Amino acid sequence: MSAAMTIVGIGEAVRSRVRSAVEICREALQRIEALDPQLRAFNTVVADRALTRARDIDEHPQDWHDRPLAGVPVALKDNLCTRGVRTTASSRILDTFVPPYDATAVARLEGAGAVIVGKTNCDEFAMGSSTENSAFGPARNPWAMDRIPGGSSGGSAAAVAAGMVPLAIGSDTGGSIRQPASLCGIVGLKPTYGRVSRYGLLAFGSSLDQIGPMTRTVADAAVSLGVIAGADAADATSVPEPVADYRSALTGDVRGVRIGVPRALLDGVDPDVGGAVRTALDTLVARGAALVDIELPHARHAIAVYYLVATAEASSNLARYDGVRYGFRAAASDLKGMYAQTRAQGFGPEVKRRIMLGTYVLSAGYYDAYYLKAQQVRTLILRDYDRAFERADVVAMPTSPTPAFPIGARAADPLQMYLADVFTVSANLAGLPAVSVPCGFSQDHLPIGLQLTGRRFDEATILRIADAYERDTEWATRTPPIATR
Amino acid sequence: MAAEFTREQVATIAALAQLELEPDELDLFAKQLGEILAYAEEVQQVDTTGVPPTASVVTRHPSDRDDALVPSLDRDEALANAPDAALDAGLFKVPRVIG
Repeated sequence: MSAAMTIVGIGEAVRSRVRSAVEICREALQRIEALDPQLRAFNTVVADRALTRARDIDEHPQDWHDRPLAGVPVALKDNLCTRGVRTTASSRILDTFVPPYDATAVARLEGAGAVIVGKTNCDEFAMGSSTENSAFGPARNPWAMDRIPGGSSGGSAAAVAAGMVPLAIGSDTGGSIRQPASLCGIVGLKPTYGRVSRYGLLAFGSSLDQIGPMTRTVADAAVSLGVIAGADAADATSVPEPVADYRSALTGDVRGVRIGVPRALLDGVDPDVGGAVRTALDTLVARGAALVDIELPHARHAIAVYYLVATAEASSNLARYDGVRYGFRAAASDLKGMYAQTRAQGFGPEVKRRIMLGTYVLSAGYYDAYYLKAQQVRTLILRDYDRAFERADVVAMPTSPTPAFPIGARAADPLQMYLADVFTVSANLAGLPAVSVPCGFSQDHLPIGLQLTGRRFDEATILRIADAYERDTEWATRTPPIATR
Repeated sequence: MAAEFTREQVATIAALAQLELEPDELDLFAKQLGEILAYAEEVQQVDTTGVPPTASVVTRHPSDRDDALVPSLDRDEALANAPDAALDAGLFKVPRVIG
């Protein structure tokens, strides 16, 4: 992929009329057509809609050329509602669902000049860490076609990594933006809880879900966040905190920044991952940042807490899929039978497993022992971070404990799959912003990501550090072999 | 807390969740839910005396919106995705409720 295929590069080319939005759109569609039969990154491609939109941008430059995403092709995770465009959450139960409205983030992207090219593959209802739980089959990692792209926003990550689009939108409940970004060698940002409206995002864990950008560069993530961030009357959990100019926060200056490193947590990570993260921290120190030791004593309970809280919320949120108002309906002679058979035939195994787990932990007799207890430990995890941020400005960790694993390697063991989220879930539990930025490759040539977690609503600082790191390395210019063919 | 599930317990949870499970799913979920909960039991070891639960991390709520009429979803659009809807009557339709 050339540098011209970044958001910033496209913006300049369109504004200066070096390239038309239609040309850029056609190029994206051609790459999708050429590569997607292997990658399976997309559930739906809307070529005609995209070209119509690109033409409109070219024909009305006075309306569009000053917008931050004018002519930028964008892919959306298939759990974001798009008016008139099928939205499935990669589930059989929604495979014919055509939303009558746009998610707020989608409306903001289009208002900024973005050209939506399609909807990306993901784990069913965003439940998974590999995109293997898609009813439409797994997406592939562009760096190694026999490996998972991560999940749940795996199609979004693969689409950006393969150079199909410069921006894909994902959602992150326990790492679903950051982990696939890390495994596919791109940038992924989970904003602070409340930073981006969740209106029109098919709900999974409502106290944890956030929408965020997945891009090739940190600057592109900064521009995209500026577009989708901000309070929204349609989401009462969105917060009226001013939206910073994230792009101009990228000064390259990290002198005096204190990076907290929870060393006790890093034991047991894959040696290639640990080595790449340590080297990345050295690079930041050379730029003037300081490392400080911190402790997050309750972080080792984060996965247990997460899978109790998230499944409880999911079991409640997914009660709405009952075959009455939208989606698939199984034939049955009475109402209760229709509910139970619709859900049995419409949901895949992982979604059923989580609904069952969530139903159990919320049921009479177990609520206090599991759900309430998990919420109390969640408070302790939050307090750990509050204490860490007294000593440090950001917290650094790997994004994923291992590089991408082979397709099928963990499919039979859900608990093993859950452990892939060890470094990502605590940012969701604490509602903090976190970014994954590429920081090297394993001996098998698989991408590795560095995760930076910041204070609430301080996306500017984690982006500034990630951008400074990116300036000193050349990971953002690497492309997988499939994308150069 | 028993972290082992019987098929009967799994069937009870499935009924609460309005899910009809196949016999082999009952066996699989009995095993897998048991394993996941055995892992999740580790939260029991944490001393949470006097610690309040966190249900939401939202720290600031926007002011209440104006109590003003705004357009809502058009009825035909709302029905457009419904399986077997009675479009002329403007109604969702479900199978027989009472025997």
